[in-house]
Amino acid sequence: MPLIFFLAPLFFLVSYLIYLYNSLIVANNRIKEALSSIEIQLKRRFDLVPNLVETVKGYAKHEASVFQQVTLARTALHDAKNIHDKAVANDTLTFALKSLFAVSEAYPDLKSDSNFSELQRQLEDTEDKVAYARQFYNSQVLDFNTKISLFPANFFSKFMNFHFFEFFNSNNESKEPIKVSF
Amino acid sequence: MRRSVYSEIGFNKIKSVLYFVIFSIFITGFFGVIGYYEGEISTYLALGVSLSCFSIFLTYFFSASLILRSLKAKPALKSDFFNLYTVTENLCLASGLPMPKIYVIEDKSPNAFATGRNPRHAVICVTTGLLQILDRSELEGVIAHEISHIKNYDVLLASMIALLSNLIFLTTRMRFLNNPDFRIKKNPLSLFTLCFYYFFTLFAPIIAIIIQLAISRQREYLADADASLLTRYPEALANALEKLDSYRQGLIDASYSNAHLFIVNPLKQTDAHNWLSNLFSTHPPLKKRVEILRNI
Repeated sequence: MPLIFFLAPLFFLVSYLIYLYNSLIVANNRIKEALSSIEIQLKRRFDLVPNLVETVKGYAKHEASVFQQVTLARTALHDAKNIHDKAVANDTLTFALKSLFAVSEAYPDLKSDSNFSELQRQLEDTEDKVAYARQFYNSQVLDFNTKISLFPANFFSKFMNFHFFEFFNSNNESKEPIKVSF
Repeated sequence: MRRSVYSEIGFNKIKSVLYFVIFSIFITGFFGVIGYYEGEISTYLALGVSLSCFSIFLTYFFSASLILRSLKAKPALKSDFFNLYTVTENLCLASGLPMPKIYVIEDKSPNAFATGRNPRHAVICVTTGLLQILDRSELEGVIAHEISHIKNYDVLLASMIALLSNLIFLTTRMRFLNNPDFRIKKNPLSLFTLCFYYFFTLFAPIIAIIIQLAISRQREYLADADASLLTRYPEALANALEKLDSYRQGLIDASYSNAHLFIVNPLKQTDAHNWLSNLFSTHPPLKKRVEILRNI
């Protein structure tokens, strides 16, 4: 009789631990998948940029500083290793591309080039896709981080070697106003 | 507290299976009653079981393609419908779903629907009229609504419910049931079987339809809410719904059997909203949907 009082709670504890571990593994894999879908878009963006730079160079040779800015941002994106660096590099590239497109406004021939408008459309589409993939990733991370910080999961998840995931955020959401010089 | 999406999906899958069970019991019971009159219960029961399994099988695998064919929908190419494609791709990324197939109906009446059995075999279909009158953010609201239907497995539930009510309608309207010769064939009608018979022929179709419509209305509210969660911009969906509602002409190939799939009612009945017409309408009153979206 006393044995059952010992075994029943043990059974529930073990069942709970198995459930917790498996659900955390599932959530963990969802986050990894979400991160890889951001990376696919970043890669696509990375591949499109050189074509754009070449096309713009054909019409606007003198805008060297803008080209340099874009190329540097692209290299930074390639070199970024952790999630925060990637988010920062992505924002920098977005900013650099914005100034490239702003510069191209001054060249009517360039604007009517079908190759250029197609590249512009594709890059804008990729930028949107990064934003949406990032929204999904961040919501999955939020779910996971909440899960492992609730009691009693917070106690066990440490022993199961689960840690908080980082949000895909750059923390400097281009809040500073764009400088305009006359 | 945030409602868990995953529990919602599980709940809908269970409901679909429940409908499958109710459906089988109903059809088998119905054939049992006929068998009782004919004096050959076991033959008719076997017929009922095989018929219900067969129609479930057909619905599960082929209802999407049948619906698309009946509405004369054509597959859309990315080169022709760039906006529609990119909006759908983006929302799939935001919700973590695989890309559905995209179809277009050539019709001026603006409308959209989703179908399929699960997210891997899903279809989103819009009319050309919808693409003409909505801007990109409004289109995004509509597609997010359809994606929520797919994500929540409403598409499977909807086709199972439609099968149930359609088949109940069909079986109770079969000619031979109203034939007086048939009614007095082998066994005289006891009071119990008489009640059973009238229940099946008179009340079951009405009850089935009312349940179907109540569920489909409730799913519309839920898909609106989930769409807002996805796009974080409920105002665009509210505007889109108003635009869709203001177009006064219905969809040419829409019929009573597929009206409940669409985002707004494609049949465009008169807008009398008393309790009786609400009980039998496929969609919740549009004013109320817009009001809820604007108050999120």
